[in-house]
Amino acid sequence: MKVRLEIRLNSDILDPQGDAINNALQQMNFKSVSSVRQGKLIELDVKASNQEEAHNLVKKMAEELLVNPIMETYIISMG
Amino acid sequence: MKSGIIIFPGSNCDNELQKALESVGSSVIRVWHKEVNLPKNIDIIFLPGGFSFGDYLRPGAIAAKSPILNSIISFGKAGGYIVGICNGFQVLLESDLLTGALLRNKNQKFICKDEKIIIGACDSIFTKNFTSGELVNFPIAHNDGSYFCTDKSLKSLIDNDQIPFSYKENPNGSKASIAGICSLNKRILGLMPHPERVVFEENGGSDGFKFFNSIIENF
Repeated sequence: MKVRLEIRLNSDILDPQGDAINNALQQMNFKSVSSVRQGKLIELDVKASNQEEAHNLVKKMAEELLVNPIMETYIISMG
Repeated sequence: MKSGIIIFPGSNCDNELQKALESVGSSVIRVWHKEVNLPKNIDIIFLPGGFSFGDYLRPGAIAAKSPILNSIISFGKAGGYIVGICNGFQVLLESDLLTGALLRNKNQKFICKDEKIIIGACDSIFTKNFTSGELVNFPIAHNDGSYFCTDKSLKSLIDNDQIPFSYKENPNGSKASIAGICSLNKRILGLMPHPERVVFEENGGSDGFKFFNSIIENF
């Protein structure tokens, strides 16, 4: 079962990568962009008998390794 | 004193660290990260700098799940001495032996240069041979060294004298210019600068010698 884990930096944390991307976009004249935040996407193929089980498994992985709650938040989605 | 240096795939400051420890008279045992138990009668554990597991996921995050870490965490919780330098500091934070996180440098650059470090008020073996407010020169070399913690944690670090090292000129955006912190019992230390790189005068300074000597003399 495919599970997607989106990881974002907490909103109160400076994101220098997002800022660097924003600066490049501004230089390229994409003036409509007001801010950029860069995150991570981890796709997992998980053996589970149903979606709830897969979700709970990935939640456990997020809490134990994949996400650092001091600086990041996450969203789990299926497929 | 018997020091253990833990080696991860991608550790690259372990040899300098060993030379530094031997120069102040410590014996050194090198321990591969896949070991489950620490060598017997070890006095202090060092986690060296480098790029363990290529800094994948988050610097230090994968190393923090290595087999040896369970023994290191037990050692620390039982009051053992642990020092994490640079990547080793990242490992200590990822394994919750210290509080906070290290973010990407504010200027988005890998910074490698000498840095003036201020010794803070902290009653530890790591700083006993220095005076509070003293300036030392330790080089830094990192991409993810911007120390971050909650305001509540920062207050607790300040109130309990857990900030032995601060930058004079904050190079990376660290909260409160923090370069190194220690545990409440002052026995677990994490710092971004590399004292092991300035142990011998011919390498550009000896403030690092004073650091390692402080550990061995006050152990």
